[in-house]
Amino acid sequence: MSWEPVIGLEIHVQLKTRTKMFCRCPVGFGAPENTQTCPVCLGFPGALPVPNRTAIEWVVKLGLALGCQIAPRAVFARKNYFYPDLPKGYQISQYDLPSCTNGNVIVPLPDGEHAVGIVRAHLEEDAAKNTHVGGRSGRIGGADYTLVDYNRGGTPLVEIVTEPDIHSAEEAKRFLQLLRQTIVELGISDAEMEKGTLRVDANVSVRPEGSNELRTRTEIKNMNSFSHIARGIEAEVERQVALWESGGKVEQHTYDFDVATGILTARREKEEADDYRYFPEPDLVPVEPPPELVDRMRAELPELPAERIRRIAETLDHERALVLVTGGLDALWHETVAAGADGMAASNVIANQLVGAGVDPASVSAAELAKLVGARERIPRKVFDEAIGKVGDAGFAAEPYLAQEAVSDAGALEPIVDAVLAANPAQVEQYRAGKDGLLGFFVGQVMKETRGQADARAVNELVRAKLGSR
Amino acid sequence: MSAVVDTLRLTAEDALGLVDRGEVSPAELHAAYLQAIDEHDGELHAYLRTVEEAEGTSIPIALKDVISTKGVETTAGSRILSGYVPVFDSTVAARCKEAGLTLLGKTNTDEFAMGSSTENSAFGPSRNPWDPTRVPGGSGGGTAAAVSGGLAPWGLGSDTGGSIKQPSALCGNVGLRPTYGTVSRYGIVAFASSLDQVGPVAKTVRDVALLYGMVSGRDPADSTTVEVDEPVRLPTDERLDGLRIGVPRQAVALEAIEPGVREAFEATIGLAEELGADVGECDLPLSFDYGMPCYYLIAPAEASSNLARYDGVRYGLREDAETYRGMVERTRDAGFGDEPKRRIMLGTYALSAGYYDAYYGQAQRVRTLIVREHAAAFETFDVLATPTSPTVAFALGDKAADPLAMYACDLLTIPSCLAGLPGLSVPCGFSEGLPVGLQLIGPQFGENVLFRAGHALERALDLDLVPERLR
Repeated sequence: MSWEPVIGLEIHVQLKTRTKMFCRCPVGFGAPENTQTCPVCLGFPGALPVPNRTAIEWVVKLGLALGCQIAPRAVFARKNYFYPDLPKGYQISQYDLPSCTNGNVIVPLPDGEHAVGIVRAHLEEDAAKNTHVGGRSGRIGGADYTLVDYNRGGTPLVEIVTEPDIHSAEEAKRFLQLLRQTIVELGISDAEMEKGTLRVDANVSVRPEGSNELRTRTEIKNMNSFSHIARGIEAEVERQVALWESGGKVEQHTYDFDVATGILTARREKEEADDYRYFPEPDLVPVEPPPELVDRMRAELPELPAERIRRIAETLDHERALVLVTGGLDALWHETVAAGADGMAASNVIANQLVGAGVDPASVSAAELAKLVGARERIPRKVFDEAIGKVGDAGFAAEPYLAQEAVSDAGALEPIVDAVLAANPAQVEQYRAGKDGLLGFFVGQVMKETRGQADARAVNELVRAKLGSR
Repeated sequence: MSAVVDTLRLTAEDALGLVDRGEVSPAELHAAYLQAIDEHDGELHAYLRTVEEAEGTSIPIALKDVISTKGVETTAGSRILSGYVPVFDSTVAARCKEAGLTLLGKTNTDEFAMGSSTENSAFGPSRNPWDPTRVPGGSGGGTAAAVSGGLAPWGLGSDTGGSIKQPSALCGNVGLRPTYGTVSRYGIVAFASSLDQVGPVAKTVRDVALLYGMVSGRDPADSTTVEVDEPVRLPTDERLDGLRIGVPRQAVALEAIEPGVREAFEATIGLAEELGADVGECDLPLSFDYGMPCYYLIAPAEASSNLARYDGVRYGLREDAETYRGMVERTRDAGFGDEPKRRIMLGTYALSAGYYDAYYGQAQRVRTLIVREHAAAFETFDVLATPTSPTVAFALGDKAADPLAMYACDLLTIPSCLAGLPGLSVPCGFSEGLPVGLQLIGPQFGENVLFRAGHALERALDLDLVPERLR
């Protein structure tokens, strides 16, 4: 039987507002522990929350970008539970009346576009940061003691919940890349997983291909990059399929994914079996964004990554469009093409060489880059790479590099090609047996021998001719 | 009696006059009250702690111990907060400072303002200056005992279901629970956020109006506060011509009302008519049938959440244990008295999955009906009147073992609290030699009409409110 993964994501995004969600303490990293705190975010008796206006505007902005309906009246609630990172004994979060609901994000996939529904996007406050010292688990049970840094406590968070519309790890990754780029472009968060300003939990289940049922799902946490998420989902899908196929049952659990070992570890039930006793936060009044404000924000929304991907895909393809847009490279690509470069070639140079060389796309002169793209087959590889490495420098000019011709004379290249083929008889055999991919290997070897001075296209033709003729 | 002033009789307004005219310095006045406290607080236990230095340019004030005062321990009458010294002033404490008032001390309260006698204070009960074998009411019994015993010219209390009005009635003071949202709750140790309100306790209606004017007004630190357009008017009118007073049929029909209380109340209503008021009956059936159960779902539910922060992690009491959970459990077990524990359990239950709709959700719907019922009554009447408390001050220990009997002390004060409306308790006579209070309920933001009605009655009644045994 073939199985279809059913995946829903829960994404937490830390907003980069100047101050916290319910007090005026600064938001930021790296300050000494417990120095960005006040009676409100420490939960002192009598301290009261006052909502951050910017955070409320930003969640509306994000909701609009995700195609959500914006609630004319959203209500903060209290989510009650005890934990040392939660100074009030409750987290203030939107519950049954969130700011944004019913959205939709179009994800470009190699086989076309795929819609992912957004259940909701709501505002809440982040918890403080616990450090459990001692013990083996890294969790509070068994630790010798726990240190709490309240600097992070009260940072505005947006929680985004998707429908279980995602059906592969790859799709989850692409959706997240797109979402992240949208958030970054809206200027509301840096959305960096390494820093924890973007956190993702995945709800995973599987079902027989073609069926519509929803089987028991599990939750995977603790994944800190998009590729880890994809690997975590793959591992969990594999585990569940094996369970069902061996006549077992999937149990509802929360798992931590260990990237190093690829192992999923179930969390202890006790830590999560809570009744949160939600009720409307009596210290706050409902959030009622004026319709004029919502209309104005809708009108001011920039062209979003998903739309730009669709537009660029008309010229290139989804894959390249996705890479350009989610890499923040599409503006440079447009300019480079406008300056006369071939679209496909410009896309390859920007997405591969330029990014590989660590050049900041914002500092690149598109006119000069276009010249390099146009000449890239003609000039020696080494020269081209050197030029790309410097194309972001102030006052960079392509001219001096363009003057250097690559060695394309068959007479000069032939002995080198012969030598490479002679030195690698095993690969030659494999190539002849049908392993076409080895062509690149031979070309690479020749380029290495010529220290990048050879014209790659000429080498390519020569190698092909030589191997074909034998 | 103090050598400088007669603290038993001096009103805040008169004290302000003495200071303004330079006849008494703020320090002398402060010292005079401290001396009175020295002499009498051993018996009354109105104060949990006093402040020796007079810091300010005006007259002294006593603050209930749920009001955070920077640098001065604030315990809310609970062991779990013993030793807790706030690093910030509550907005009302800050406004008192801005007005130059000197902090005399922090007054006793039932633990977390939960109670009607101060017997739930972790630090021992306060006593009624009229008869020290009796309670001063609660939860703000400390402030009430201090004001009527001459140990403070005035004070601030907090009222959730009657904690300002009921002790004011039992001690012979004037007490105002203001409209919800007119006085900041920032820095008030929370009991039930949607009900808690800070308000003044004093000897006269004019004093209460003065203090209300000083502390009320929108506070950016409390999102639930509003600015009131109409300024506070110090009442002068001694007539009640044209004032329409409604007497809720269901309130006066309550059997719990003692005959002596009923007599004083009815006599006062008669006096109001003589002063020109139009008195009529009104109906608040839901308010008096369901107000009490509704309150005892909403208030404990909010309390169960508000009291979650006392976990031993950051401040106050901490009882160490092997694990985090163990530490929290031991701290809360040792730190909370029976009444907070009872209400935390009630509230946790009312909010639990599967019960929320039947309890907390239902109570909120009833509350909406109570709000509407009151609004309808104010289409016909300017103020509503009932006794404040069904009884006069009762003996210590009388109800301490019976929570339901204790809860019944607030039968008459709770409905208008649920409706968010202002209520003023004014002394209206005596029964068994103990003061009886009249409760006047106003429409939302109707403080001025309460001051007007209370003042006219106060003048006409002209009661001697110094406890007889201290005269």
